[in-house]
Amino acid sequence: MRLLIKGGTVIDPGTGKVVEKDILLADGKIAKIGVNLNAGSAEVLDVSGKLVAPGLIDMHVHLREPGFEAKETIFSGTRAAARGGFTTVACMPNTNPVADNAAIISHIKNTAFVKGTSNVYPIGAISRGSKGEELAEMGDMKEAGAVAFSDDGMPVMNAGLMRRAMQYARMLGLTIISHSEDKNLSAGGAMHEGYMSTVLGLKGIPSSAEEVMVARDILLAEETGCRLHIAHVSTAGSVQLVREAKARGVKVTAEVTPHHFSLNDGAVAGYDTSTKVNPPLRTAADVAAVKDGLADGTIDVIATDHAPHTIEEKDVEYELAPFGLVGLETAVGLVWTELVANGVLTPLQAISKLTINPASVLGISKGTLKTCADADITIIDPATSWTVDPEQFASKGRNTPFTGRQLKGMPYMTIVGGRVVMREGILL
Amino acid sequence: MGLSGKDLVGLQFVPAEEIKLILDTATPMKEIIKRQIKKVPTLRGRSVVTVFYEASTRTRVSFELAAKYLSADTVNIAAGTSSVSKGEGLKDTARTIAAMGADLVVLRHPMAGAAELLARTINAPVINAGDGAHEHPSQALLDLFTVREKKGRLEGLKIAIIGDILHSRVARSDIWGFTKMGAEVRLSGPATLLPQGIEKTGAMIYASIEEAIADADVINILRIQTERQQQGLFPGLREYSQLFGINTERLKLAAPDALVMHPGPMNRGVEIAPEVADGVQSVINEQVTNGVAVRMALLYLLTGGGNQHEIAH
Ligand SMILES: [Zn+2]
Repeated sequence: MRLLIKGGTVIDPGTGKVVEKDILLADGKIAKIGVNLNAGSAEVLDVSGKLVAPGLIDMHVHLREPGFEAKETIFSGTRAAARGGFTTVACMPNTNPVADNAAIISHIKNTAFVKGTSNVYPIGAISRGSKGEELAEMGDMKEAGAVAFSDDGMPVMNAGLMRRAMQYARMLGLTIISHSEDKNLSAGGAMHEGYMSTVLGLKGIPSSAEEVMVARDILLAEETGCRLHIAHVSTAGSVQLVREAKARGVKVTAEVTPHHFSLNDGAVAGYDTSTKVNPPLRTAADVAAVKDGLADGTIDVIATDHAPHTIEEKDVEYELAPFGLVGLETAVGLVWTELVANGVLTPLQAISKLTINPASVLGISKGTLKTCADADITIIDPATSWTVDPEQFASKGRNTPFTGRQLKGMPYMTIVGGRVVMREGILL
Repeated sequence: MGLSGKDLVGLQFVPAEEIKLILDTATPMKEIIKRQIKKVPTLRGRSVVTVFYEASTRTRVSFELAAKYLSADTVNIAAGTSSVSKGEGLKDTARTIAAMGADLVVLRHPMAGAAELLARTINAPVINAGDGAHEHPSQALLDLFTVREKKGRLEGLKIAIIGDILHSRVARSDIWGFTKMGAEVRLSGPATLLPQGIEKTGAMIYASIEEAIADADVINILRIQTERQQQGLFPGLREYSQLFGINTERLKLAAPDALVMHPGPMNRGVEIAPEVADGVQSVINEQVTNGVAVRMALLYLLTGGGNQHEIAH
């Protein structure tokens, strides 16, 4: 099986170059990159006017399987990934049972191998059952294929346990991903604490709930030498803490979600439960700070925190609704509309935060276009405008606050392992 | 002229002219309440459903009487809070109400946004009778009505609201209502019970209650709930009473003819001294009567029922 991707603008964050080149794919690998390549027996894909990037990586998704298949499955979640232009996803361990042992990590990998449209890398739990009491078998999980560790939405409140987790992860050479939230400060909160929560009468989650944990985990990472990745940074204070930590050499990286750089807490007015996310949508000043952090490199990664829920679960009073929105199929549009078109990031910077940077955090050999690399390619049409319609989603989740939003820039084609899996929104 | 919205979810987005219309409409309604036979045919053949997910006899009866005085049929659905926690309550109730053909629904619910959710779901007008810590517009309207009746105006008055602002839907609706009508709203209470950014509503915050009530024309005292102490939001009722309770000494700081208001039910001896609650400046009982009049006005205006002539005579 040979494919020649012809006439596109190739963005390779591995070399830092943006050039008009052709790419030849053969046997699931990148065979050749060059000008005016000869097609030979290869099928030719004319992508002139489009951007050709390494396959996008979303390092923060919830695939819900095993345990919550009504919300999403590995089958539907990876199809959503492919539709959104992602060739690779890393999935969080808050399944049922929790992905806290080698057997479940293997199960997820095997299911993804059989039913998955995109590549799946499981993230293992830090503590058994994500209960925050004792360490999970991190070494075993690494053997089985876990690429990082996190208790995500069940953050480790015990600093002693987190310190030991970091010592252990450092020994294994893997990253700890911190969902930074002090549960005592956030308890009962449904949205950002501030003027909007006051007006709406909803209990607020203060910025400090995130920032004290970012600070704590940075100090622990500094002490243990562990690589730390701060998930879904949402406040100006967190951005500054990461910036300062990086400046003094702490091995810390950070991610932001498209919804945190596209929306502020004003979106909660009207009580649309698809705006209920954790961490919550913050203020306009926080959104500006997050964008500054993206622009100056403080924030390395864009990840969606794709969190599908059923319609029934979300169609309730705001306080009763679960946290989370679906992000895989709107990410590229939001990145291009909110960041690239506005000059916050160059296309190369944006692609780096969606490819080589998450690959480096997870330590996986993905996210570049060098010859012999896996033939994972995402082709983006930067010029086309489209309207978000959740009915078109491949995800089982419909919980998006972007319904009806006009976006410019869409994933045009997704190629996984040399095989076209999505073309112009249609899954093949 | 009528109300522009289908529902009354809160006062935040209700323009001053419409608030004035409601207050003006409540004046003839109050006349009806004073009559020997308190019944006009205005809403005959209409049905008003009250849905209370939270017990509040006072507010429910006030709405029911208002409906009955206008000859509407009333039904109460007392939905338990247990069904709320199961997360299946409101949507099911909405379907039931729609099927029954209710002409207007009054909703009390422990969660903010519930009235808006119901209003989006059904075609009938919805009156929010209190949703969590969000709004309680009919209570604020009766507060405005009472003050306007006693003072002859709202503009330029100094209204002090004292107590648990954080959890008070009455405070939020009062702030919108009074500031829209040109009054000055001052807030004071324990720092842990003052919500973030509240000053952006146009209200002013005072750390000391003495400053907040100095020269005030109205002191509106909020109910303090003992469960807030259990949540660790303030250290104790005795200390609360000392720091923020209204007694005769403190009342002297306000304007000599200041009105004392309370949305009830009162904790006598905690947020309000008994002699203040029963004193000459207290209009707490008036508020109850005016509540019925204001709710009659709301039912009338939101159902678009009857004509002005029928009310007048
Ligand atoms: Zn998280």
